[in-house]
Amino acid sequence: MSARVAIVVFPGSNCEIDCRRAFNSLGAETTMVWHAEKSLPETDLVVLPGGFAHGDYLRTGAIARFSPIMESVHAHAGDGGYVIGICNGFQVLCEAGLLPGALRKNAGLKFLCKWVDLRVDDSTSPLTRRAEQGRVLKVPINHFEGNWYCEPDVLESMRSRGQIVLRYVDNPNGSLDDAACIVNEARNVMGLMPHPERACDVLLGSTDGAVLFESILDSIAVPAAAT
Amino acid sequence: MNYSARVNVMLKDGIADPQGQTIERALPALGYAGIEDVRVGKLIELTLDAPDPQEARRRVLEMCEKLLANPVIESYEVTIQ
Repeated sequence: MSARVAIVVFPGSNCEIDCRRAFNSLGAETTMVWHAEKSLPETDLVVLPGGFAHGDYLRTGAIARFSPIMESVHAHAGDGGYVIGICNGFQVLCEAGLLPGALRKNAGLKFLCKWVDLRVDDSTSPLTRRAEQGRVLKVPINHFEGNWYCEPDVLESMRSRGQIVLRYVDNPNGSLDDAACIVNEARNVMGLMPHPERACDVLLGSTDGAVLFESILDSIAVPAAAT
Repeated sequence: MNYSARVNVMLKDGIADPQGQTIERALPALGYAGIEDVRVGKLIELTLDAPDPQEARRRVLEMCEKLLANPVIESYEVTIQ
């Protein structure tokens, strides 16, 4: 059976179609879910895509976390279901408290739109299990607020649990500990600033993003053994 | 009774403030010497109906925790009039 992927669309989201296309190309079934819905369809994975949800007013993700659908996203995550937040979706997950920390304005105050190299520092997460440790993936970034921060004691415990799964090889935005992709303690909620959906086709210059999406589809098909 | 609230939201001490740093670098270029510690925050004003100033303050503090500030990186001060 194909994996079922629900992509949440907020007013101001703009990467949902790229996400749908990427997941469809990898054999998954996708459904778009408007943010004002109260419930999710039966799904294996919830994706919060990139964009500018609710205009990013006040703070990125600050209003989106109160969208009606978010209660169901919390419940899905609480039941161990997979959730991925990409770029703005990552910001929403941090504001919602589903991931630790917060995203600040980029160091240097530049909007960054470029290809970056990401090093796989933990190949046991659901999003990285197809990539060997140390592998470098080429994936684009496109953000102004990607400078992740958390309190020092939180960072220490995250490091000891391998919750920072991808790091920038050359940190573009000031993100603490070079973090590009983090997972929660239960390892079912993931957030990353880079856009894997824009690196799933040779025509786009890289298929390294597909490694990440194939990993999560693998994880749905064959859950990792409990450790 | 209507009360006016002012909420000052600032990045917490120790959190790098790229906007403040940029302004700090720009001011000397205009001839202002000896500038330091530039920090940029937000000022949010609102009017609310509450039975007394204590209750007005309590409600605005709750709004800060829930929405107006992100306690991970921001601190806030509330003034009620």
